[in-house]
Amino acid sequence: MTVTSTPRAAPTSGAEPNGSRRRRPRLSKRSVPYLLLAPALFFELLVHIVPMLGGLWMSFLRLNQFFLREWMSAPFTGLANYRFALDFDGAAGVELLQSFGVTAAFSVITVGVSWVLGLAAALFLQRSFPGRTLLRGLFLVPYALPIYTSVMIWKFMLDRSDGMVNATLSDLGLGGERFWLLGNNAFLSLTITAVWRLWPFAFLALMAGLQSIPTDIYDAAAVDGAGLWQQIRTITVPMLSPVSQVLILVLFLWTFNDFNVPYLLFDQAVPSSANLISIHIYQNSFLTWNFGLGSAMSTLLLLFLLVITAGYLMLTSRRSRNA
Amino acid sequence: MRHRRLSGVIVLILVLMSSLLAGCAREQDDGRTLTYWASNQGNSPQQDRRILNEEFEKFTARTGIEVNVEVIGWGDLLNKILGSAVSGVGPDVVNLGNTWAASLQATGAFVPFTEERMRQLGGRERFLETSMSSTGMPGRPPSSVPLYGLSYGVFYNKAMFREAGIEQPPSNWSEFVDVARRLTRPSQEQWGMTLAGASYTENAHFAFMLGNQEGAQLFDSDGRATFASPPMVTGVQRYVELMSEYEVVNPDDAEIGSATEAVGNFANGEAGMLVAQNSAIAAIRAAGMADSQWGVFPLPVPEPMPEGGEAVRSHVAGTNIAVYRNSDNKEAAVELVEFLTSAEEQSILNEKYGSLPVVTDAYDNPAFDTKALRTFSSVLAESSKRVPMIPNENRFETTVGAAVRDLFARAGTDRSVSRSDIADALDEAQQKMRSGGGSTR
Repeated sequence: MTVTSTPRAAPTSGAEPNGSRRRRPRLSKRSVPYLLLAPALFFELLVHIVPMLGGLWMSFLRLNQFFLREWMSAPFTGLANYRFALDFDGAAGVELLQSFGVTAAFSVITVGVSWVLGLAAALFLQRSFPGRTLLRGLFLVPYALPIYTSVMIWKFMLDRSDGMVNATLSDLGLGGERFWLLGNNAFLSLTITAVWRLWPFAFLALMAGLQSIPTDIYDAAAVDGAGLWQQIRTITVPMLSPVSQVLILVLFLWTFNDFNVPYLLFDQAVPSSANLISIHIYQNSFLTWNFGLGSAMSTLLLLFLLVITAGYLMLTSRRSRNA
Repeated sequence: MRHRRLSGVIVLILVLMSSLLAGCAREQDDGRTLTYWASNQGNSPQQDRRILNEEFEKFTARTGIEVNVEVIGWGDLLNKILGSAVSGVGPDVVNLGNTWAASLQATGAFVPFTEERMRQLGGRERFLETSMSSTGMPGRPPSSVPLYGLSYGVFYNKAMFREAGIEQPPSNWSEFVDVARRLTRPSQEQWGMTLAGASYTENAHFAFMLGNQEGAQLFDSDGRATFASPPMVTGVQRYVELMSEYEVVNPDDAEIGSATEAVGNFANGEAGMLVAQNSAIAAIRAAGMADSQWGVFPLPVPEPMPEGGEAVRSHVAGTNIAVYRNSDNKEAAVELVEFLTSAEEQSILNEKYGSLPVVTDAYDNPAFDTKALRTFSSVLAESSKRVPMIPNENRFETTVGAAVRDLFARAGTDRSVSRSDIADALDEAQQKMRSGGGSTR
C-alpha cells in the first residue's frame, strides 16, 4: 500500500538541494528496478534454471528405482547414459533416432502448414467485407480452446468405430473402416491435430505483421502492373519476414517439444509413427523408472534445440543485416 | 518519504515471495492423523471415499487416530507413489497394485513387514498363500501386505449362449475358440469376445497367463529376459489370433485402452464373452446388466497340456497396502493396516468392492458364497501364479504389453499377423528389457 499511495514522490524529490540526500534517491532509483525484477528472477531461477541444472546432473547418475529415494547418493556414471542413448547399434539408440526423425518431420510439416494457412487466412481477411470480424473470431477458436478439450474432441472424431472422420468418409464413399490412431495413420492424425491447434497463432501474428505494411506500396505495385500473386511474393512475404522469422522459431520450438497433443491423443499407447521425442523421454523415465537415461535424452534434446536456435538466429540476423 | 517508498517496495516483494513460498510448506503433523492414498476400487472416487470414511469412523472411535483419505485413480497411482518416494513427502499409508510390489520394494520407500509386524496382523498364515506371494522379492520381509484379492475369469452372456445353442461353458482352449466363433455375428455387431487391445497392462497379463500355459519362463535362472522363447510366442499368438485369425474379436478393440471400456462392450451386448478380473462385476452391474444375465467360468487351458505348461488361469491379481518409510507415525500406520486386514473389515470392504478377501477367516460372509465369487476365489487360491517378483517386473509389463498392443494394431488394420511377426515383436521387447540402460543391477 505504501508504494501505491506515494507514486509521485520520485520525480519531485530529485530536485532537493541537500547533497547527502541527493545521493540516496539515486541509489534507490537505481535499485528499484532490480528489486522489482528480483522476485521474477528468483522464481525464474527456482522454476526453470535450478531444475534444469538438476536434470543435467541427473543425466550423469545411474538413477533407477534403487536410488530414487536417495537420489543425491545415486552412483555417478559419467557419460554412460549418453553412450547408451546414442548407441545406434542397440535397440534403445535406434528407437531414439527413429523418434528423432518422426519429431523432425512432424515439426517441419506442422510449422510449414501452419504458416501457410495462417498467411492465407491473414491475407484473405485483410480486405474489409461483411462478416470479417466474425470469421476472425472463428479462426481463433482452436487457439482459445483448452488444449485438453480440443485434443479430446479430435480423439473422439478419429475413433474408428464411431468417430466422425470415418463416418464422413464412408458417407462420401471413400471407405471409412480406417484406424486413425493406430499404425502409420497416427502420424497424420497427430499432425492434423497439431496444425489445427497451432495455425491460429500464426494467423494472429501474421495478421498483426500485415498491418505494418504501408498500403501505398501495394498501390504503387498495382500501378506498375503487378498482379496479386506477384504482390504477395515480392512485397508481402519479404516485408513480413521479421515477423515470420520469430514466428517460425517459436512454432518450431513448441512443436518439437510437444508433449500434450500426442499424450492426450494416444494415452499411453503411442504408436511408433507418432512417438515424438518428448513422449519417448517420458516413457524412458516414467514407465521404466530410469531417470538418469531420461535426463540424458532431455539434455541431448536441449542441446539440439539450442544449436538449432542459435544457428537460426545467426542466419536470420545476418540476412536481415545484409538486407 | 523516499525511505518509506523503498522500504515499501521491499516489504511488498517480501510479502509476495513469502506468500508464494508458503504454498510449498509442509502441513503440520499432529501425529494423530494419518494420510491414506486409496486406490480406486469402486465405481468412482466419491463412492470409495464414502465407503472408506464409514469404516474409518469405527477406527477413529477405537484408536483415536484420524484418517485423511485421498482416492487416486490407477492411472496416476504409480507416478504419485514414485513422486513421493523421491521427494520424501507423501502419505503414511498407500495402496499399490500387487504386481508392482517388488519394483517398489527396490526403491526402499516402504517399511518392511518384519515377523513382529506380521504377528501384529495375525501372522502370515492368516493370508491367502497366493496373495501373500505377491508382496515383494522372495526371501525378504514383504514390503506390503495384500488388501483386496482379484483374479481373472471369463464372463459370459447367458442369453447369447442360449441363442447360439451352447449349453456348457467351454472346458479347454479349443472349445473356447469354438464357442467364440459360434457367438460371432459381425453383421449384427455381435462378437465372440471383447478385449482391451491397447492396454499394455492387460496385454502383459494375458501374455503372462497364456505363456505360462505353454510352459514359457519369462526369465532364465540368471534373471535374463526370455520373452521370445517358442512357448511364449505360442502364448501371445493364441491371444492375438483371436482377432487376426479367428476373427472373433471386433477389430475396433485394438483401440481400447482400458479394461473398463471392454466391460462396457460386454455389458452392452456387443460381445458374448469377456476375460476380466472380478473387479469388473461392479462395473457390469453399474452398466445395467443384472446378475442373472451373466455367468463366469475359469479361463480355459489347452488340452492336452503342452510340455512344461501349467494350468495358470490368472496371475495373482489384487491390491496391496504399504506403510511409508517417511511416515512420522509408523505405529499408527501399522494399526491402520491391521484394521483394514482384520477379518471384519476384509469381509465388509471386499463385499462392497466386489473383490475377494485376502485372509482366510473372512470368507464366512455369505456374500462371498455366490457361484461367480466362488469361481474367482478358487482360481485365486488354487490356479493363479504370481508374476515374477523382481525389481524389473514393471519393465516386463511395459515392453511385452506394448509389443502385444502393436500386434493388435496390425491385426486390426490388415488382419494378418504371422508367427514370425510375433516372434520379432517379442524379440524386440526382450532386447529392450535386456539392455536396461543401467537399470539392471
